[in-house]
Amino acid sequence: MYRFTLASADLSALPSGALHWPDQRLLVVSDLHFGKSERLARRGGGLLPPFETRDTLQRLDDDLEASGARRVICLGDSFDDLHAAEAMDAADQLWLTRLMAGRDWTWIEGNHDAGPFALGGSHRATCQIGPLAFRHVATAETPEISGHYHPKLRLAGQARRCFLLDAARVILPAYGSYTGGLWSHDPILAGLMQPNALAVTTGKAALPLPMPRERAAGRGT
Amino acid sequence: MDLPLALQDWFDAQGWGLHPHQRAMLVRAGDASTLLVAPTGGGKTLAGFLPSLAELADGRHQGLHTLYISPLKALTADIRRNLRRPVEGAGLPIRIEDRTGDTTYTQRRRQRADPPHILLTTPESLALLLCYEDAPRIFAGLRRVIVDEIHALAESKRGDQLMLQLARLAALSPGLRRVGLSATVEDPPALAAFLGAGTQVLQADPGPDPDIAMLVTEAPPPWAGNGAHYAIPAILEQVKRHKTTLIFHNTRAQAEIFFHRLWLLNTEDLPIGIHHGSLSREQRDRVEAAMVEGRLRAIVCTGSLDLGIDWGDVDLVIQVGAPKNVKRLVQRIGRANHRYNAPSKALLVPANRFEVVECQAALQAVAAHQLDGEPRGPGPLDVLCQHILATACAAPFDANALYAEVITAGPYAGLSRADFDLCLDFVATGGYALRAYDKWQRLMIRDAKWSLRDPRAAVVIRQNLGTIIDTETLKVRLKGRLGGTPLGEIEEAFASTLTPGDTFLIGGQVVRYDGLREMTVEVTRQPGRDPKVAVFSGTKFATSTQLSERILQIFQHGDWSDLPRHTADWLTMQTEVSRLPAPGRLLVESFGYEARQYLVLYGFAGRNAQQTLGLLATKRMEDQGLHPLGFVATDYATMIWGLDAVPDPAALLDRATLRADLEGWLGGNAVMKRTFRNVAIIAGLIERSHQGRRKSGRQATFSSAILYDTLRKYDAGHLMLAITRAEAMRGLVDFSRLEAMLERIGDRIDHVRLNRPSPLAAPLFLEMGRVPVEGAGRERLAEDAAAQLMRDAGLI
Repeated sequence: MYRFTLASADLSALPSGALHWPDQRLLVVSDLHFGKSERLARRGGGLLPPFETRDTLQRLDDDLEASGARRVICLGDSFDDLHAAEAMDAADQLWLTRLMAGRDWTWIEGNHDAGPFALGGSHRATCQIGPLAFRHVATAETPEISGHYHPKLRLAGQARRCFLLDAARVILPAYGSYTGGLWSHDPILAGLMQPNALAVTTGKAALPLPMPRERAAGRGT
Repeated sequence: MDLPLALQDWFDAQGWGLHPHQRAMLVRAGDASTLLVAPTGGGKTLAGFLPSLAELADGRHQGLHTLYISPLKALTADIRRNLRRPVEGAGLPIRIEDRTGDTTYTQRRRQRADPPHILLTTPESLALLLCYEDAPRIFAGLRRVIVDEIHALAESKRGDQLMLQLARLAALSPGLRRVGLSATVEDPPALAAFLGAGTQVLQADPGPDPDIAMLVTEAPPPWAGNGAHYAIPAILEQVKRHKTTLIFHNTRAQAEIFFHRLWLLNTEDLPIGIHHGSLSREQRDRVEAAMVEGRLRAIVCTGSLDLGIDWGDVDLVIQVGAPKNVKRLVQRIGRANHRYNAPSKALLVPANRFEVVECQAALQAVAAHQLDGEPRGPGPLDVLCQHILATACAAPFDANALYAEVITAGPYAGLSRADFDLCLDFVATGGYALRAYDKWQRLMIRDAKWSLRDPRAAVVIRQNLGTIIDTETLKVRLKGRLGGTPLGEIEEAFASTLTPGDTFLIGGQVVRYDGLREMTVEVTRQPGRDPKVAVFSGTKFATSTQLSERILQIFQHGDWSDLPRHTADWLTMQTEVSRLPAPGRLLVESFGYEARQYLVLYGFAGRNAQQTLGLLATKRMEDQGLHPLGFVATDYATMIWGLDAVPDPAALLDRATLRADLEGWLGGNAVMKRTFRNVAIIAGLIERSHQGRRKSGRQATFSSAILYDTLRKYDAGHLMLAITRAEAMRGLVDFSRLEAMLERIGDRIDHVRLNRPSPLAAPLFLEMGRVPVEGAGRERLAEDAAAQLMRDAGLI
């Protein structure tokens, strides 16, 4: 994990893509995109392996267990759409309910899942804990923690999802199994982040590096 | 059947007589299925059409009579022109049209409403036609199907798909007769079975042997490299001495670099063009037109000209680089001199000293009339999945009837009902252990027939038809002016390695990369600069078993007086520094070089099997904590590099555990993921990425590798994984050839330690297509790289 401080809050970027705030016993994840395969099938597309929800749940379960978090914030796009929230497989729903039990759980609205859905927990557009604001898409009102963009980068020839962080904000990588990403050198991300921003990789280890702002070499050896 | 009088008169007026095999085709006009094997220039296409012209001459047939299918769009247009000449000359009432991806929308609509007598098309366009609801009406009166260059189609899934389509057509118009045409066939009975049960082979007079030799140059070929630039003066000299020369290369990158260098030395400004599959359509059209008009003295080209239009003026073919496969070499030689009964003239130009040996082996094989070609396995199931989906697009179908129809297609003759049902279940439900899509099945049973749940899905399914999977490419344009001049395309993976200011070659020009704008690579011309990098890794073929064996025999011969002096000297040097690979033994060399430890395994098992050997050995090394970083495979060797030396190579090759391990270590590697992507696209699991769609929201799409990993984790028995495995085993993985090699060598492994690369190992350093090993070694490098970046930024 990579430890850093934002607005005097001591935070950890986990290799899984979750953000941990030990003092608050808080775990933050973004862009879970539960039910992606179901939505594509509903629209008449290919029938993708329907396992992404349980795969994502398994990783979330592991992170909750390891971090001992009592509070959870999901930063939006938790479901691929509202219908996917309702159509969730019974076993998966049970699993999610078990994870939520005894935890203070907040669903932030995203662009995919705007509006309330039937699951427990509180449903908010944004929320505030101490100095930090939590919302789906980054704004000018900092310090804040957001998701939405699914940042990724290339390091030593490998593509990896990553956190982006500077003195004002953190952008979380997508946590869901079936998610792609936006390169950190994309003008949108480059414009959002301060010049001295860092990127922290997910994967085997959370490695910090200066946020890549140019296309990196594609195939290293 | 006789030639119609009007046509006979026209032939007489031209002074044309029919070749014996052309007459024979008329005699056999009523046969259900015929494979005609005739040399290039022997009028085999006309032979295929003669019965159609004869049957259509009286003008009584209404609608479509003959379907002509070619692997190349360009060929359909050319055949249309060639066929119209006698038809119009003899005043026959026959309408001939072509239909390809280039045909206009209006024209295509009209063709569906009112089909011509003879329709010239490609397998992909035919797939689309068969997908429409009115297919039964369009094809109801069809009498004959002609498949041109059938050997080329039979080498790929395009052929398997086409045979399924022919089965469909035969069901739509009973009594349909088939003709396959080919010039180069190593195993005519196998190709006949591919075309359909009961196919008769008609073998024409093969004509005289080609006049073929190795190009002798003053300068020896280099130790390494594959450009053959040393031979450019000698090649220019040959171009001058001949009317028109085709200069074949094995990859696009090699063609580009060669073309660039050629023009630097082309002081007389001989008109020489370049042609390959990554150039823009406009550019290729220009070169082809100039060629037809006889304005070019030579064309530097790749496999894009292996097949295609007959250019009568070509009197010399030059093959640059090792031919890899005798059949393709013979095919390329056939592009020279399209006059019947005149020998084709060809020169082989080895690019390095190793290839001198391979060229020598190829000359021996051609002289011995020994073609090669690996036999194809049974029809792949991903193609069948697509066919089932496409069939449902046209109309609801009965599963029993479709199965009965499918097994009449040659490649699927042995298909079991169980496998068919697996494919049907996959198409309908996804075929997962977790039955998640009951509500959203793709196909549903209605009135005892399978049909699309959502008829609107047909649009997307049609867009995704076909078995040709393009690598993801980006268009390259010259910056400025309206949109900029298109130059061609480069692979996305290559584009991602570029930073602004980098120079590369495309269409024979050196250009500078300026940036990426809306999925288009913008460049500026940089004449006179040396390019930093070439463009493509391109297609790579495995050297055939036959050629590999001949090479090892030449090595062991010891008397190399047939070979040029420089190559004999090089082989001698290898025997002094290390030793030469021998049949029945495995030579392994190891040495350190530039902070990496190298291991070279000379298996001579062909590129794909050597690649598998690389995957296998690096996995073992990873398990042993030896930190492998990557490997590269050629047709004769695998070179592995890593952070640590390998003490005991034999421990990497223990055959007993190898087979057992296959599943596990093969599963996670990049080759399998690449194979899976192709399989998943063909089977209709994932959609092709269309340029337009990719432009918006890249975070919406995710890599097929994620699907692959998920499937392996949760549903390891799934059909897509089984297909991927089967395909990789006989294609990219080629495990059978690897096992055969290990069987041959037994425990006869010769490990030679060196303090620098051997003469035989040196060329491997210049090979493209390096495969990274994603393990502890790479993670260590990633940590180092991240730390270095932090230090450079003054952050730690």
